[in-house]
Amino acid sequence: MTTPQVRETKAKIAELKHEAPTSFWRKNVFSLDHKMIGKQYLGLALVAVTVGMILSWLMRLHLGFPKFAIPGLSAVYPNGAAGGVMTPELYLSLMTMHGTIMVFFVLTTAPFAGFGNYFLPIQVGAEDMAFPRFNMMSFWVTFVAFLVLVAAFFVPQGAPISGWTAYTPLSAVGKDAGPGQGLGQTLWGLSIAIFCIGQLLGSLNFIATTLDLRTKGMTLARMPYSTWAWFITSVIGLIAFAVLLPACLLLVLDRVAGTSFFIPAGLVISDRLQPHSGGSPLLWQHLFWFFGHPEVYIAILPGFGIISHILAAHIRKPLLGPRVLIGCMAAIGFLSYIVWGHHMFLSGMNPNSAMLFSVPTLIITIPATIATLLWIGSLYGAKLRFTAASLFCLGFISVFVSGGISGFFLAQPSIDIYLHGTYFVVGHFHFVMGVAAMFGIFAGTYFWFPKMFGRFMNETLGKWHFALTLIGVYGIFMPMHYLGLAGNVRRYAAFTDDYMQSAQPLHAFITIAALFTGAVQLLFFINLIYSRFRGPAAPENPWQATTLEWSTASPPPHNNFGDRHPVVYRGPDEYGVKGPEGDYLMQTDPTGA
Amino acid sequence: MIPRVEASRASQTGVWAGIAGITMMFTALTSAFVVRQGSGMDWIHFRVPALLYVNTLVLLVSSGTLELARPRVSRAAALGDAMAQGAAIWVAVTLALGLLFVCGQVLAWRNLVAQGLLLASGPSTAFFYVFTVVHALHVLGGIAGLLYLWRRLGQAPAFLAQPVYGAATLYWHFMAVLWLYLLLLLTVRL
Repeated sequence: MTTPQVRETKAKIAELKHEAPTSFWRKNVFSLDHKMIGKQYLGLALVAVTVGMILSWLMRLHLGFPKFAIPGLSAVYPNGAAGGVMTPELYLSLMTMHGTIMVFFVLTTAPFAGFGNYFLPIQVGAEDMAFPRFNMMSFWVTFVAFLVLVAAFFVPQGAPISGWTAYTPLSAVGKDAGPGQGLGQTLWGLSIAIFCIGQLLGSLNFIATTLDLRTKGMTLARMPYSTWAWFITSVIGLIAFAVLLPACLLLVLDRVAGTSFFIPAGLVISDRLQPHSGGSPLLWQHLFWFFGHPEVYIAILPGFGIISHILAAHIRKPLLGPRVLIGCMAAIGFLSYIVWGHHMFLSGMNPNSAMLFSVPTLIITIPATIATLLWIGSLYGAKLRFTAASLFCLGFISVFVSGGISGFFLAQPSIDIYLHGTYFVVGHFHFVMGVAAMFGIFAGTYFWFPKMFGRFMNETLGKWHFALTLIGVYGIFMPMHYLGLAGNVRRYAAFTDDYMQSAQPLHAFITIAALFTGAVQLLFFINLIYSRFRGPAAPENPWQATTLEWSTASPPPHNNFGDRHPVVYRGPDEYGVKGPEGDYLMQTDPTGA
Repeated sequence: MIPRVEASRASQTGVWAGIAGITMMFTALTSAFVVRQGSGMDWIHFRVPALLYVNTLVLLVSSGTLELARPRVSRAAALGDAMAQGAAIWVAVTLALGLLFVCGQVLAWRNLVAQGLLLASGPSTAFFYVFTVVHALHVLGGIAGLLYLWRRLGQAPAFLAQPVYGAATLYWHFMAVLWLYLLLLLTVRL
């Protein structure tokens, strides 16, 4: 029989040796293993994206068919949807929660925290993250943040209605600002503050692991594109979330403690003079967008890395300008901090200030364009292997270009002032940030699934998933650009009695496209679940790729490489060369080194 | 097992990254402070409690006592499996001084409350509480780190405790530097 002291000592020794945990809780729930934490993040993102997609369906049903009674909605929202037709307030609450869930709990967690956690340590040849306990805390803090946010659905008066940007002063004054602006909005502020803590812990871990735990021979220049992308993203995240956290703290204090950081004097809302004085609503916008614009790149840069990584393995030759590509990612990361004001051209800012933000915004399109041209140029003369993963990479480039081009227009204040409040912007950011990032996630899933679970996903289903999704997303978001140019304002619940009535058929079309695209995702869910248990067994290196994750078992053992420490002899782009196993040389291959 | 040199470097890098994040957080709060001071007519000027200067002294002395442990940890680490005799005492003294600093801050808050200067009394008091409470929370984080270091020094050979010592010391000194900045800001601008 062992005493508690002996047990504690054994546990310490096991921890020092990085031995695999034996208890169910340590293995599957409060795990310190970066691979399990990565899977937990991906699982959370899967739940979150399902919730976010259902919310978007409800919104689109109302926008496309404003008189249609959505079955069961009145049972869920007796006040917000009496008779099944939602009120404008309920629409706004769904919009707020859709945006918040998708931006924070899907686009940040899956491509960065999910895949990054699983693959960054393996790709640099480490046994685990630098701080496994912080890593575990990072996930569970994020999970708590999600629960706090979702709790807003269930409190009296429901979820907040101020949008994912929570513009002050209406987000700061409390329930006078409308249903959901009471406890629901407070929970929103707390949730995002908690989320920031989780992501700060994660960023810290990514940075230390990349810089200090690289295996022998893994110089910075030999790191794969995906590792570079996660590293750059973690630096961006470290700075961005460190600004949003105090901003949310001040917002919550305005709401619950009677302070006046963001609420001006003499503000009357719902016929009540608000008991606040002297605050600056614009201050929130500055703090929020100082975080908010880099957040766009937190969502999309991991996609840059993932598709570059996958494309190289599928075109069987090195990408053009590998260092330029990494430089572009770094330049985008740096520039993302000096462009936040382009979200505020309508805030009444001095036109000279607007120009100061407009110029770097236009400059940021240069590295983005160079990266795109490098991907497209790399395809020239390539013998592309058409898999679901590579198709989603091509889809990523397509939607990134489609969404990026509209960014040129929005970067200029004179055009943005007309378009900013319209569906043009909705189409733009959904393409460039939402759909592109999702395509990166899909590409990563089809590519790395065999490594994570030791089984292949079904390629035929995957290709159908790609083709139908691509058609669907263009059907949803391309018409939004036309709506915006026609002056169709965004954030409105419906367009039944106004000048936009002629656009109603287009809204109905977009709704059908959205329902179609959502339904197509069932193919992905079915493929995931079926392949997890019944997919054909995958070997160690099914794609004949070069990087370290393909030099270990599928799935990798607890300490990633068994008892050996991999040694790296070359960069990740050694495709199209004669090697012992085909037209590639693995990073661990010493041939000719 | 992560080799010792890498673990040490990673701890240092982790703390530096943490310092970057915390610096950014207080930079954001400082910019909010400056903007808010200029945006309304409701700014109330008040003197920061004199106790803050005593607390400052306590925090600076605590940085010194933590440094007194350094030669003991380094010497023992160089000897192989030796324990760092005497280092744990200086870490404990630092811990006690850290706790004294936090208690001192609580007393300073009570002092302000007694004068009727509450969180919602005006933007200046609000920022005073936000700055000092957020800093105190970070100091408490440092105290947790010191507690871990103290236990480590008592249980493990010095070479295993050395990375923790390096990281904890870096963080603790940063807390002192950050506090000096905040004290200057609050004294000059409030």
